[in-house]
Amino acid sequence: MNTALISLLAGLLFGAGLALGGMTDPGKVVAFLDVGGQWDPSLAFVMGSALLVTFPVFAWVRRSDRPLFADRFQLPSKRDLDPQLLAGAVLFGIGWGIAGLCPGPAIANLTAGSPEILLFVVAMVAGMWLRDRTASITG
Amino acid sequence: MNVLIDPDSWLRAAGGGLLIGLAAALMIIFNGRIAGVSGVLGGLIVDRSSGDRRWRSMFLGGMVLGAALLTALVTTLPPVRLQTGWIGMAAAGLIVGYGTRMGSGCTSGHGVCGIARLSTRSIVATITFMTFGAITVFVIRHLLGVSS
Repeated sequence: MNTALISLLAGLLFGAGLALGGMTDPGKVVAFLDVGGQWDPSLAFVMGSALLVTFPVFAWVRRSDRPLFADRFQLPSKRDLDPQLLAGAVLFGIGWGIAGLCPGPAIANLTAGSPEILLFVVAMVAGMWLRDRTASITG
Repeated sequence: MNVLIDPDSWLRAAGGGLLIGLAAALMIIFNGRIAGVSGVLGGLIVDRSSGDRRWRSMFLGGMVLGAALLTALVTTLPPVRLQTGWIGMAAAGLIVGYGTRMGSGCTSGHGVCGIARLSTRSIVATITFMTFGAITVFVIRHLLGVSS
């Protein structure tokens, strides 16, 4: 129960942060990626100040045995730079550039009432499902 | 390069980043989990075997609610400006979903958590998706001449 409450609280903060930071506005995101035009550096401040918090936190994680409400830290185990990582990041970057939406802001925007964003989220879930179904074929 | 100077926007961005960092901190300190949205969502919807659907749906539901509450409270926020139409949104959504699942993460998991973990994979992934996001916008806006 405790972990569910923490997740709810973290989700509330995360969604509020995305909206306050400007991440939920695809126009702002595309202006951040538009280095060849009128570049809007604002979103660099979102990642910068988030990292100000997470850097010391993960330094604590490296020295700790276990989280407060769970048995163990569940951290990614992969270490190598495999083709899947690179190809996946390339695909994600292209989609991000087209729509100006990454997964977090797309979810956070669901109550904005835009049917286009709903379509994006449905397509995104389909893409995730497709990847998991085809992972054994494409590697 | 022509840089837009907008200190108000930078301040909001920094404030939003602090909230996101705090959210990621809560998830790892208390639950031992990475607050990566594509991972949380992927685990909920795609991987039906995972027995921890409750915390995943609480997190995602919280995100929707948190963004809605903040937008209702801070009425001076700029409106959401969509950048593409139906076909663009469907295509982009599909490759964002496929790509983040294939590449083990998105802006939050790789960008906010992975970089802080000093993960080489996350640093490389973040540089890669940012570069290709910028290339895509350059092609659409400046080579194809499509403006929003």
